[in-house]
Amino acid sequence: MNWNVIREYLPLYIEALGLTVKIGWLGIILSIALGLVCALILYFKVPLLQVIIKIYIELFRNTPLLVQLFFLYFGLPKLGIRITAQTCGILGLTLIGGSYMTETFRSGLSAIDSIQSESALSLGMKKHQVFFYVILPQAISISIPGFMANIIFLLKETSVFSAISLMDLMFTAKDLIGLEYKTIEALFLLVVFYLIMLLPVSLLGTYIERRVRYAAYGD
Amino acid sequence: MQLMGIELLLKGNNFLRMLSGLWVAVRISLVSVILSIGLGLIVGALMTVQNKVIKTVMRLYLEIVRIMPQMVLLFIVYFGTTRVFGINIEAELSAIIVFTFWGTAEMGDLVRGALISIPRHQYESAEALGLSKLQTYLYVILPQTLRRLIPLSINLITRMIKTTSLVMMIGIVEVLKVTQQIIEANRRTSPNAAFGMFATVFMMYFIVCWPISLLSKHLEKRWSDR
Amino acid sequence: MSIKNEILKIEHLHKAFGENVILKDFDLSVKSGEVIVIIGPSGCGKSTLLRCINGLEDIQSGKIYVDEQPVIQGSKDLYEIRQKIGMVFQSYDLFPHMTVLQNITLAPMKVQKRKKEKVEKEAIELLSRVGLADKKDSFPRQLSGGQKQRVAIVRALCMHPEIMLFDEVTAALDPEMVHEVLQTMLELAQSGKTMLIVTHEMSFARAIADRILFLDEGELIEEAPPEEFFTSPKTDRAKKFLQTFEYSKK
Repeated sequence: MNWNVIREYLPLYIEALGLTVKIGWLGIILSIALGLVCALILYFKVPLLQVIIKIYIELFRNTPLLVQLFFLYFGLPKLGIRITAQTCGILGLTLIGGSYMTETFRSGLSAIDSIQSESALSLGMKKHQVFFYVILPQAISISIPGFMANIIFLLKETSVFSAISLMDLMFTAKDLIGLEYKTIEALFLLVVFYLIMLLPVSLLGTYIERRVRYAAYGD
Repeated sequence: MQLMGIELLLKGNNFLRMLSGLWVAVRISLVSVILSIGLGLIVGALMTVQNKVIKTVMRLYLEIVRIMPQMVLLFIVYFGTTRVFGINIEAELSAIIVFTFWGTAEMGDLVRGALISIPRHQYESAEALGLSKLQTYLYVILPQTLRRLIPLSINLITRMIKTTSLVMMIGIVEVLKVTQQIIEANRRTSPNAAFGMFATVFMMYFIVCWPISLLSKHLEKRWSDR
Repeated sequence: MSIKNEILKIEHLHKAFGENVILKDFDLSVKSGEVIVIIGPSGCGKSTLLRCINGLEDIQSGKIYVDEQPVIQGSKDLYEIRQKIGMVFQSYDLFPHMTVLQNITLAPMKVQKRKKEKVEKEAIELLSRVGLADKKDSFPRQLSGGQKQRVAIVRALCMHPEIMLFDEVTAALDPEMVHEVLQTMLELAQSGKTMLIVTHEMSFARAIADRILFLDEGELIEEAPPEEFFTSPKTDRAKKFLQTFEYSKK
């Protein structure tokens, strides 16, 4: 391994990491928002919308992100909808992420025993009070480990962005391998940078999961 | 022609070419899934072993798979091995190696989960009835574990198929690549083909994966109420 | 207003789940301060009866009045009526994400818009009456089953209900926890609370009840003061039911 090569290419990787992190986290935040909204629509069985959301979830959970990106990036412009590669990356991640987040949150909502809302109702609470004070807080905390798993999944999925010519970590590594034949250095930096991006999230996820599983409420 | 590319499907043997491209991805996933399930059963059992060394190795293995994108692993195996060992691994073989490496960990974790989910009293009551260890596993534990495992391993197939779309990034000509080639070859006559063609690829994946997920969901529901 | 006014009135209540009839032409009148225990085999409709009174189940025909107000599913008044009814369920009905105190004060504050300090003061008072004042900041999962049920009773009481419904509140408890919960209920009865209790604890029923209602297959079979019911039941069905609690060598 040639450390001079590594030193030389470090700035490129840092730049690429910045881009990946930016697109990744924007997509994640938007997909959580989308997931919450969709799960609520499913929970309250909003007519028509719930059907659309069910179709959307099945479509995006059963196709690869890479194919979705190709469609969004190369297909949509033919309809006159022109978006930049970055917007496309964020949009793609939000759409696939939203479908996963919806499922996670929906199952969190349905995990709450009906006795919870019944006892809240019997205390005279209105339906919206039951939902906001009793159901929602519990559903969110049940869903958090699932959300963390989805976040890690989505951060890993960002690795396909180079396919729509975003200059992310994979793109940088591929360049270095293809043009400069610095395979070892390129791969080394690639692994290190993905570790930097994912290890903290993974550790946090494990920590939260443990807390939720063993402690629940009260410690 | 303003059919947004659908007309290209009927031109020559284009559609057939796309299908065989899809088959490349599906073939790689099926081989990897079969290997993963076999190896995963062993790895899953190993994960429940109380040996410190084995435990650490398994944790490390799981953590690598959990953190590293399959794309990165693909690059390491496909580009890295050539440089380090001087052997040139074919793209399809490196894909199978990587997806099996990944799938084995996933499957192993499922097996481990299924094994530890069987409550202690199941073992105890089987032993109290005088069953031997082997009989306990064979007649009591295994049937219960399988009921949990089968839906989850079917689900792994769809995840594997979706993941194999990545192989185009290491130069394997699968459905996305074939489609790109067709669009490229017809860019004069059908300039807007990308829309319809990629929509078709999208639907192809959906048609393959959706029934499998439905089956997995169905089995999970049916078998969850013992 | 007389002291013994009628707090709950049920006329010709008919309840079915599809083809399955749960309650047939059921009548009941409960006066303020009365303690009524409903017993009967599982599936006789006694739990459903309590749920109907609280508007948690829709009914096919008949009328239910609480404090002269009709209980109608989906009506706006239902929320108001429910404040007059306290209900305690079999188990798991405390909110796990809130402390004991938060569990108790949530509804008085959000539904009745009462002041936080006042509600908390009352909650702590009620908690100390059942011996749980020191648990006010605990979370439900840190409590034993018996403690949880006593908190659930306090939570219902803090809404100042006119009538309390108890739906097999000790059925899911370990035997050694049962006594403390029943004791709390006995004290509540002595303080003059109107109570409607579904239970399988026969000696408790005998000790607490002013009236015993025996239900079987959705019908009121027998109604009597406890001594009379337990020593000389009039109907065969009641005799047969009471025999299931006795053991003898054949």
